[in-house]
Amino acid sequence: MNVPLPPQSGGCRTAPVLKERGQREVFCGLTGIIWLHRKMQDAFFLVVGSRTCAHLLQSAAGVMIFAEPRFGTAILEETDLAGMADAQQEIDREVARLLERRPDIRQLFLVGSCPSEVIKIDLQKAAERLSQTHAPHVRVLNYSGSGIETTFTEGEDACLASMVPVLPETEARELLVVGALPDVVEDQMLGLLGAMGIDNVRCLPARRIDSETAVGPNTQFILAQPFLGETHAALVRRGAHHIAAPFPFGDEGTTAWLQAIATEFGVSPATFATVTDAPRARARKAIAQAAEHLGGKSVFFFPDSQLEIPLARFLTRECGMTAIEVGSPYIHDTIHGPDLDLLPAGPQISEGQDVELQLDRVRAARPDLTVCGLGLANPLEAEGLATKWAIELVFTPVHFYEQAGDLAGLFSRPIRRKGLLKMEAAE
Amino acid sequence: MKLTVWTYEGPPHVGAMRVATGMKGLHYVLHAPQGDTYADLLFTMIERRDHRPPVTYTTFQARDLGSDTANLFKTACQEAVDRFQPQAIIVGSSCTAELIQDDPGGMAETMDFDIPVIPLELPSYSRKENFGADETFFQIVKSLAKPQARTERVTCNILGGTALGFRHRDDIQEITALLYDLGIEVNVAAPLDATPADIARMPAAHLNVLLYPETGEMAARWLEKNHDQPFTKVIPLGVGATRDFIAEVGQIIGRELQADESRLRLPWWSASVDSTYLTGKRVFLFGDGSHVMAMARVARDEMGFEIAGMGCFNREMARPMRAMAKEYGVEALITDDYLEVEQTIEALSPEMIMGTQMERHIGKRLGIPCAVISAPVHVQDFPARYSPVMGFEGANVLFDTLVHPLVMGLEEHLLTMFRDDFEFHDAAGPSHHGGHSPQPVEADPAPAPTGTDVMVWLADAEKELKKVPFFVRGKARRNTETYATEQGLSQISIDVLYEAKAHYAR
Repeated sequence: MNVPLPPQSGGCRTAPVLKERGQREVFCGLTGIIWLHRKMQDAFFLVVGSRTCAHLLQSAAGVMIFAEPRFGTAILEETDLAGMADAQQEIDREVARLLERRPDIRQLFLVGSCPSEVIKIDLQKAAERLSQTHAPHVRVLNYSGSGIETTFTEGEDACLASMVPVLPETEARELLVVGALPDVVEDQMLGLLGAMGIDNVRCLPARRIDSETAVGPNTQFILAQPFLGETHAALVRRGAHHIAAPFPFGDEGTTAWLQAIATEFGVSPATFATVTDAPRARARKAIAQAAEHLGGKSVFFFPDSQLEIPLARFLTRECGMTAIEVGSPYIHDTIHGPDLDLLPAGPQISEGQDVELQLDRVRAARPDLTVCGLGLANPLEAEGLATKWAIELVFTPVHFYEQAGDLAGLFSRPIRRKGLLKMEAAE
Repeated sequence: MKLTVWTYEGPPHVGAMRVATGMKGLHYVLHAPQGDTYADLLFTMIERRDHRPPVTYTTFQARDLGSDTANLFKTACQEAVDRFQPQAIIVGSSCTAELIQDDPGGMAETMDFDIPVIPLELPSYSRKENFGADETFFQIVKSLAKPQARTERVTCNILGGTALGFRHRDDIQEITALLYDLGIEVNVAAPLDATPADIARMPAAHLNVLLYPETGEMAARWLEKNHDQPFTKVIPLGVGATRDFIAEVGQIIGRELQADESRLRLPWWSASVDSTYLTGKRVFLFGDGSHVMAMARVARDEMGFEIAGMGCFNREMARPMRAMAKEYGVEALITDDYLEVEQTIEALSPEMIMGTQMERHIGKRLGIPCAVISAPVHVQDFPARYSPVMGFEGANVLFDTLVHPLVMGLEEHLLTMFRDDFEFHDAAGPSHHGGHSPQPVEADPAPAPTGTDVMVWLADAEKELKKVPFFVRGKARRNTETYATEQGLSQISIDVLYEAKAHYAR
């Protein structure tokens, strides 16, 4: 059976959601640039923002990517705040200088930030003008990664949504896989789909601008990441059809995700089994090894990337964990519904954040594992709680069968480590 | 607008966070949008702090703009005071909140807290992190320090230590111990580890020891003017400077001071024959002004290096930096443009860089060893062991720090003798470092052509140059080209290469 069954005690789709508002301990949407600039190899991301934006990108990257960073910040100075006509000229000048120095750039994203949004610098106007100036060699688009509008992974959503209107039109019946995946994972996925006979697969974002990604009324699209609400809406506006599915984490998630595509494209059960049986067995084996340390343990998710619900589904159903609270910055029923259906009832589902109240709850619950951001991890460890940094779940290849064991390993390692360290004197 | 790839300093409110996080019993209410909380991880991850920074972010969103961001601030402020019960709060805006002009300081003052409320005005679009720390500490001292009698015994305050500072934790411990040996007790060290109550009793000290002008000078000047406390100008970094510092303190308190130097090892380590190979190594220094100026003296006078160039990213230190560079016979590089620093290093091709984490990456790219001597910092600049850079133990640490990146004496000779040996070939790097492997490193960076006088290397000469060990190859290339230019030559042959070698022999 390829479609996982909802839990007998019921899922979480209709569970009451605790909605909170207060201090949010999350990144803003600019952070997505860290992985998007590696994925799109001919793109440059120019943030129009403040020194804070530049500092965030540098700090969130953790290690500085000195090779050739394809992102930068046009830092607003006091003179820019005075007059608006000036800002457009300044952008033109900085972009011209940049494109002259970097002829390898084929797509340029002007990325709005909190300050540029507040003083209303019209980046769309700038992008349209610059596109004309630098066409056909460079395409210029704009989106906002500002913290006042986007939470962490929503930056990727805004970026991809900005690309949808300029994708070429197609009448072909194609599968469009949406969401930035590490190249190695993307190749595995294309391999699985190809083996099922689905060859007309396009990816958004594509690695390069001149790839053949197009969209139209016969496009069937599926999301590979659970944080792409705007992109989903933009694709629907272009007439594309959404294939709803749980997200491809773990054996169950990957199988259900592939099965949804297979059903849509009329792949026979026999072919499906031939293609997936072996990697599925490998995934199960790998998960079982890590799950040894996870079985019977409790987990608490702070909101971070919107990956929380699918990951909670994976940890509870495939690794034997119990979820205490599953927090997500935003919950979209269209996107998260299939995973919520499968997540066994019990945990508190929460949306948004008041970090102080949530910390009160985690201290009261004392879970065996807390999934949270980098700002909270060490302080919670110091209180004796084992933590998993949420950002690693975004930066590490974790999708599909071959990474299912690695994914479980990311959660089991902190728990194993806690058991390994012994500092007491020998008796 | 200015295009920036990497920054040496964060925005000024991060400087304020460094003060708040360093202190205890103080809370910072920051009017800021979602996302500015990224700064927490600087402290919890890079510095491995086991507590969250004491900062409450109001977290306003687009839909709040124009409606009730002010109320949001008041609520956040009230909840922070109720929850954390601080002795005092500082309030201010991040870059975005500065634009919406809610005046957090004014609002907080109307809220009738029974604790001091210290408003901060930190201009985000013209100033940077160090200014933010300096200004914040100054405002805290100005608001909280109370006039009072001096302590009976001679005591001092130590000023400028913050969270996320380069070796501040250990420097303060080292200098506290040094002063104690000299019979001077520390009244308050601040901001690092001080409470608002400690700040209040700072005027009881007889003098201030200013270790970090970047983050403590405004407070030192204010205390001098308003509480008649002189402050020290010499930064005790290196042997000579530590001795000068002791003399300066003695002068201020009117007593001849004799320090115990029995644990000081740098002078003998540097004099011993093994160190001969350090002679005349060309080094480039870059970082914050105070550390670079102090380290230049160490490099030249205590290690016997040659200063190839020096500079700082904080414009506030431009004047003294230029003066010192002139005295050292080089031109000061004052810039916060990382690419300009990289170009300068490439052009000067020093044998070692003494810089920040940014220069460490430049060095990696150019194949030049680098010792980190200044902020901006990364996780490896917070070692588990005691590792000051100030005072006498600091001098010992510096000797090790500056020798470690280099190829050691005899190994250097072996590399020169057996440069094509499969294990010892020069691309392998120093043998005591990880990553010692026979893969070829990046080829010599070709010097940037300057105008019309592009020097042509003949094939033979180029091949001969490759035989020069990598750690001096850049210098050999540069010297040869300079020599050829002086001689009016446009081509470099083997002869020119060796004539230049003889010319520069020392």
